[in-house]
Amino acid sequence: MLRFVVRRLLQLIPILLGLSILLFAWLRLLPGGPASALLGERATPERIAAINHAYGLDQPIWVQYWSYLTRIVRFDLGDSIQNGRPVTDVLRTQFPGTIELTIAALIFAVGVGIPLGYFAARRQGGPLDGLSVVGSLIGVTIPVFFLAFLLKYVFAVKLGWLPPSGRQDVRMNATHITNFFVLDGILTREYDASWDAIKHLILPAIALGTIPLAIIVRITRASVLEVVNEDYVRTAEAKGLTTAVIRRRHLLRNAMLPVVTTIGLQLGLLLSGAILTETVFAFPGIGQEIYSSILNKDYAVLQGAILVIAILYVVINLTVDLLYGVLDPRVRVR
Amino acid sequence: MTTATQVDAAGTPGAFSGDESAGGRWSEAFRRLRRNPMAILGAALVLAFVFIAVFAPLVAGHDPNDQILLGEVRPGSAPGPRPGFPLGADQLGRDELSRLLYGARQSLLVGVVSTLLGLSVGLILGGLAGAFGGKVDNVIMRVCDLLLSIPGLLTAITISVILGQSLTSVMIAIAIVNVPIFARLLRGSMLAQRGNDYVLAARSIGLRRRTIVLSHVVPNSLGPVIVQATLTLATSIIDAAALSFLGLGNPDDTRPEWGQMLSDAQNLLSTRAALAFYPCIAIVLAALGFTLLGESLREALDPKFRR
Repeated sequence: MLRFVVRRLLQLIPILLGLSILLFAWLRLLPGGPASALLGERATPERIAAINHAYGLDQPIWVQYWSYLTRIVRFDLGDSIQNGRPVTDVLRTQFPGTIELTIAALIFAVGVGIPLGYFAARRQGGPLDGLSVVGSLIGVTIPVFFLAFLLKYVFAVKLGWLPPSGRQDVRMNATHITNFFVLDGILTREYDASWDAIKHLILPAIALGTIPLAIIVRITRASVLEVVNEDYVRTAEAKGLTTAVIRRRHLLRNAMLPVVTTIGLQLGLLLSGAILTETVFAFPGIGQEIYSSILNKDYAVLQGAILVIAILYVVINLTVDLLYGVLDPRVRVR
Repeated sequence: MTTATQVDAAGTPGAFSGDESAGGRWSEAFRRLRRNPMAILGAALVLAFVFIAVFAPLVAGHDPNDQILLGEVRPGSAPGPRPGFPLGADQLGRDELSRLLYGARQSLLVGVVSTLLGLSVGLILGGLAGAFGGKVDNVIMRVCDLLLSIPGLLTAITISVILGQSLTSVMIAIAIVNVPIFARLLRGSMLAQRGNDYVLAARSIGLRRRTIVLSHVVPNSLGPVIVQATLTLATSIIDAAALSFLGLGNPDDTRPEWGQMLSDAQNLLSTRAALAFYPCIAIVLAALGFTLLGESLREALDPKFRR
């Protein structure tokens, strides 16, 4: 298992290097070059020259790349042109929002999707099965912003059950330690602050989680249907094992393999979807930061946000691979 | 961006056995498509979408840029439905229905161009990788891995930011996101074909590699690619809407775009929510049409579903 982990970690290096080269090239391709892109409207010939010198843009390209790489490693991503704050600070306050939202969406998608897919498969042809097949087909074609608008309109604007925007009511005046608002409330024992943050998460999480939910239902259903007819399930039944044991040890464990891969693939979709969901719900996270940095041509922040999401995506994929190794011992040998 | 379900566990949407003639499989698939209600519905939606896009000036009741109802616009709201304007008007007094109908043009254009562009580049790269193997294969596939290691929408955003705000950059950005998907698919499909008996037979009668690849392996590998292309049309339409929703689309709003209409309607959600839902529904119907068609095509071509 350790060799498997190490091998997978080593495979990360070329991907991260490639990523840094892509971003490095991207900064150089921006309209006006990196200096005026980083400075935005504050660009004057003197300032551009100063940035060019400070960032070594007057040096050979490989020297530039090397210094770019060392700056990234030291988390020096420049300053935001919108408010002059260091990009790293901006990301530190926004990042937990996206993580909270993504985790909430994932809990919704997995928590509802796997049981739904399982029971649809066990009662194949029944009403629940039909509903889940049709629902999952529609679910995959609905753009995330449609759901976001629909939920926001019905439950926030019309019914007023849940807040339409933001991460927490500013009037709560809650203490923030980690910037994970739900966790902060628990740590500081301000449980009403946690509850308020959860209420702000519900609608965006459902909007974001529905497409992955649809896909997870489909894959779980197909996968369980495939496993149900295997010989070892019949053997387990013949041995007289209880349904619960067969379900846990034989059905689910084998049926979960494709589901885990799917969940991993969905995380990319979740991160992309988070950009749109956060924009609709004015939910302060990386996605909303991306939206506002596009509008304000704040390339320093945009670069940082892209970097963070890309690294997160790569790390998640690695985790899924490792999890796959835990679930299916055959993978480790390959 | 691309949903995982489009590619099944084997990495190819619909595996093929290479032991039958290509013509027979397609006509058989077409016969089964005609009996599938899902396919009929999908085809009907796609036909309606294409018809509206092509004949928008004839179908639409008004000029999409004419601010006919400007006098009725109140701050923070937009004119509701009235005779001659079944869906009302937008915040600038322009007929909503006509703008929606014209919007089909941009969506179809972006969908088709970015899919075809991504498809052609992807097919060339995937074909090269599949035909040559070795170093060529390795380099092409690592680049694809890298592109696929970033969420698609993010790639599309970064590319459109470089290229500047325009419809062309949206098309190019989405095409680039689609390239690695097609490249991988064709390569995988070709590798699966390579071990088949008919390739061995062709080689043993002394055919050149180029002939074998171009006239035997590629045609037999195209099925999954065509299925994927149909599904990609749907995702491209959604992605294009997402990009223009984020403010990266065409800055000129005389050519209505669904994503942009949606983004404009955001501020009116409490007064005229319908303005946000119309473009959404249009996007869903267009995407649903291609998805239904793609899914039923996959089933029709897949030997597993022959019963």
